Formats: sequence, structure tokens, C-alpha cells
Amino acid sequence: MSAPAETVQQTLRQQVLVLYLSSSALDSVVVGWSIYDGTGRTDPTTGDSDVPPYATGLDALKDGWRLFQAAQLLPPQPGHEYDVSFLKHEFFFEKLTR
Amino acid sequence: MPHPHRKDLLTSVQMAQFVATGAFRMDAVVPEEMNLRAIDVLKAGIPAAPYGTPMSEAFVDSEFVQELLALPAVAGAIHSLVGPDPTVDHHAVHIREARGGEAQNLHGDAIIDVRPDAFDVQLMYYPHEVTLEMGGTLSVPGSHLRRINETDIGRYQNLLGQTRLVCPAGTVAFLHHGIWHGGRRNDSDVDRYMFKIRFNPTVRQVRLWNTDDLYDDAVARELDQPFPWYEHATGRLERYNRIKLWQALIGDDTYDPEYWVTRVSNRPQRVVAQRSLNPHAKKEKV
Repeated sequence: MSAPAETVQQTLRQQVLVLYLSSSALDSVVVGWSIYDGTGRTDPTTGDSDVPPYATGLDALKDGWRLFQAAQLLPPQPGHEYDVSFLKHEFFFEKLTR
Repeated sequence: MPHPHRKDLLTSVQMAQFVATGAFRMDAVVPEEMNLRAIDVLKAGIPAAPYGTPMSEAFVDSEFVQELLALPAVAGAIHSLVGPDPTVDHHAVHIREARGGEAQNLHGDAIIDVRPDAFDVQLMYYPHEVTLEMGGTLSVPGSHLRRINETDIGRYQNLLGQTRLVCPAGTVAFLHHGIWHGGRRNDSDVDRYMFKIRFNPTVRQVRLWNTDDLYDDAVARELDQPFPWYEHATGRLERYNRIKLWQALIGDDTYDPEYWVTRVSNRPQRVVAQRSLNPHAKKEKV
């Protein structure tokens, strides 16, 4: 059995990648992105890059990111069919790492 | 302030560019001699004015700002966008210290503002060269018509085609009140200065610019331009909303070169079915 101290050292940290895609299809192109690094090794922030980390959502899957949430498809509210607001096609991915 | 000369007003193509992108930028429009004085002026601070002070009164204690606003190109742009005698909502000197601070979250200023036929503009003046490392303002072209409230969009770190401002000294940019933006982290060894003024219109914003080219094809091209960060389908709604705003600004609700608005508002009322098939026709009296 491992000592408690070792168990703590082996805690998995979550790295989160959020991709905004051009349609609800996971293989459509990336139009926006955010990264949050639970390991603390990197410090991504607003406006730090002009180049997306992947061309499509599918490319992120191929590189080992696990999808854990996708935006629902919601019909527009009556009377607000032409309003534009938040990005619609938001996909959350994770990697677990030490 | 005297009416700007017509040659200093924005053209229709430039106004259409503003309606599409939410921004209009004039590089190195402020003379070097003024830029050299600006840092000391901004360090000392610009006296505050109450919300809604007329532009002509807001800067009586700052000759420098009076000079800035009287530059023909600046005065022409202000008149074109918000008209004569705007009021000053507020103004501020922003300093991002060298190697200090963090990037602001992406946000829209004030609160959600969905006026369909009026807008405020924010003048941003950069007295010195801004390099990429200095963390010039991040803004997102074409984001100004999205209905969001302030920092609710803070989750978005980067959008394809975003603008990370890099500009020569003396650059002035005008931003629509709704544009998504944020101050970036200054990773350089130089303090970054920016002076901003928000203007409110006091007249209806109809044909305030040089309209000689109002029906130039280039206007339609500006209004129909896509941006890389738009989702495919929502990008079409953006064009619809731009056309609605342009119609308000030119006072002509028939202008719709790409048919985005006309197509979905066409509800003819004329009935041509023969009378016996028309459920609304009055029955014959027996």
C-alpha cells in the first residue's frame, strides 16, 4: 500500500481546453479557444495567441483531449430570432495529468 | 466647435466599415510634436468632467485635449460618427505598467446596450508606438452587435481574426460602444499609455458623414464582409443586423443589396386565388 504522501503527489490535475466551432459539428473549424491549466505549469490568458491550437474539434480528440461537455442546441426565443449573442458551439475538453 | 470641412468627414465606405467592424482607426494622425508632449500631460491627469458634459465644455482645463479634438481628421470622425455637439460620457487615462498587471478579461463597456439606431463611440489615443509585447488593446472586429453584458464573455481568451493592436505613435481609434475588447498584459519594459473619451450623440445619427459615395458598390461590400470568428450560420444574422443599423443611419429602410432583410420580412397581402377558393371572401347571400 502507498504512503499517504505519495498518494498526494500522484493526484491528477485537469487541463481544460475550450473550443468554439463554426457549427455544431465536432469536426467543424475552430473559431475561438481558451485554455486553463490545472497543473499551474502554463499561464494562458486573454489575447495571448492568434493561432488556434487545433484546426477542428476532431483534431483535439485525435491529440488525446477528452470531450466532457458540448453546448446544447437551443431554438431561438420567439421574437429574438435575429439576435446575436454568445458563441453557440462551445466544446469543453480535458486532459488529466500529473 | 466649428463644423468640420467636408473633406475631413468620413466617407460612406468608411462609415460602412465602422458599421461592419465596430471600429475605425487612423494611424499616426496626431502630430509627433503633440505626441511628445502627451506623456507628461497624461501622467499629470486630465481634469474630470461630470457625465454628460458637452464636449465644448468638458476640456476647458486641458488645452492638450482641446487641441487633440480640434485636429481636422479627429473632429471630422467625431462629427461623422456622433454628430455635432456630442456630450462626454467620461474619459480616462489608462496606463499599463511595464511587466506589470494581468490581461483584462474580454468585455463590453458599461452594461448591455441594444439601441438599434444609436450608438456611442470611444476615442482611444495612443501617444507612442505600441508593439505586440506592450499589450495593446485586444478587440474583436464585428462583435459590437452581439447582445452580451460586460464581462460575461470573459471565458473567451482568443478569437480567430481578433485584433491585437499594434500601431505607430499618434494613432486614434474609434470603437462602437458594444465592441468586445480588453487591455492585454504588458510584457515589455515600457509603460503603455492610452487616453480614452466616450462620446454620446445629442442628435439622431442620420447621414452625418460625407454621403457623396452613399450608393457606391464598395459600401455593400463592406457591409457584407465576414469575420473569421463568426460561426457560419450566426455570421448571416450579423449581416442582417448590420443592414438594419445601416438602414437606420441612412434613413432608408429599402437599402438591402444582399436581400438579407427583405427576404424574411416579405409577407404579401394581395390575394389572387379565385373567389370560391378564398376563405376570406364574403359568402353569397341566399
